[in-house]
Amino acid sequence: MLLIRCPYCEQDLPELEFRNAGEAHVVRSGNLVAESDEDFERFLFIRENPKGIIYERWRHIHGCGRFFNAVRNTVSDKFLMTYKAGEKKPESLPGDAK
Amino acid sequence: MANQVTATRRPAQSGRDTSARNVKLAVLPPAERISLRAPAGAVEALSRALGLALPVRPCTSATAEGRTALWLGPDEWLVLDEKGGDLLAACAGVEALHSAVGISHRNVAIAVTGPGAETTISAGCPRDLALEAFSVGACARTVLGKIEIVLLRTGEEAFRVECWRSFSDYAFTFLDDAARDAAS
Repeated sequence: MLLIRCPYCEQDLPELEFRNAGEAHVVRSGNLVAESDEDFERFLFIRENPKGIIYERWRHIHGCGRFFNAVRNTVSDKFLMTYKAGEKKPESLPGDAK
Repeated sequence: MANQVTATRRPAQSGRDTSARNVKLAVLPPAERISLRAPAGAVEALSRALGLALPVRPCTSATAEGRTALWLGPDEWLVLDEKGGDLLAACAGVEALHSAVGISHRNVAIAVTGPGAETTISAGCPRDLALEAFSVGACARTVLGKIEIVLLRTGEEAFRVECWRSFSDYAFTFLDDAARDAAS
């Protein structure tokens, strides 16, 4: 079983307590009325789905209940790091990030 | 003359218990409970009103005079009063922003005690319950089999499992089976 670090509980906890909540850092426009259909489509539907490093939202749903962000490698399924919701996308990744 | 009808309150699973070789299960008597949500600024005022310091470190609890506050999230606590004290009334006088919801009847508590208690709960709970990782007084909302529970370690060989009332039959039966496995 994967162990995922919850930045709020400050512990590595079993994946059964967590749920994925889609790609992180998808920013909703502050002025939706002025946004073009293409931009809105990109915001609402288009996701990166990369092979390799992905930035995701996760929720510690059967624990503290909080949303947080995680950096995961989609090939090895390894969690590189997690950080609290609202924090900036990390500029550098720890260890073996490629 | 109209017939008199009386209703008797029978709490869910009341009276059920199990004694396996080194594990005992018992459904605990009803207790007062609230779900408390509050920002950091209100913690001090609420602690004063409740008569115990609300824990702010993750996965810890605080107990004072029959009352226990369990940290569930950065702004969320489960507060229990086993002596029947009115927790909602205690919070009512606090002016700082908070939300206190009475959930006394929502939960059923099961005590799991004995040398096999840890093994019994580990049958369905993925957390590391070793004493070094989950010490006395540690608490967590987690998973037991197919349901969500709140787990509190009340002693080295004693746990309190809080589950939703409608899941209490499942929880007790699950622990009952696990206790028999732990005994063998």
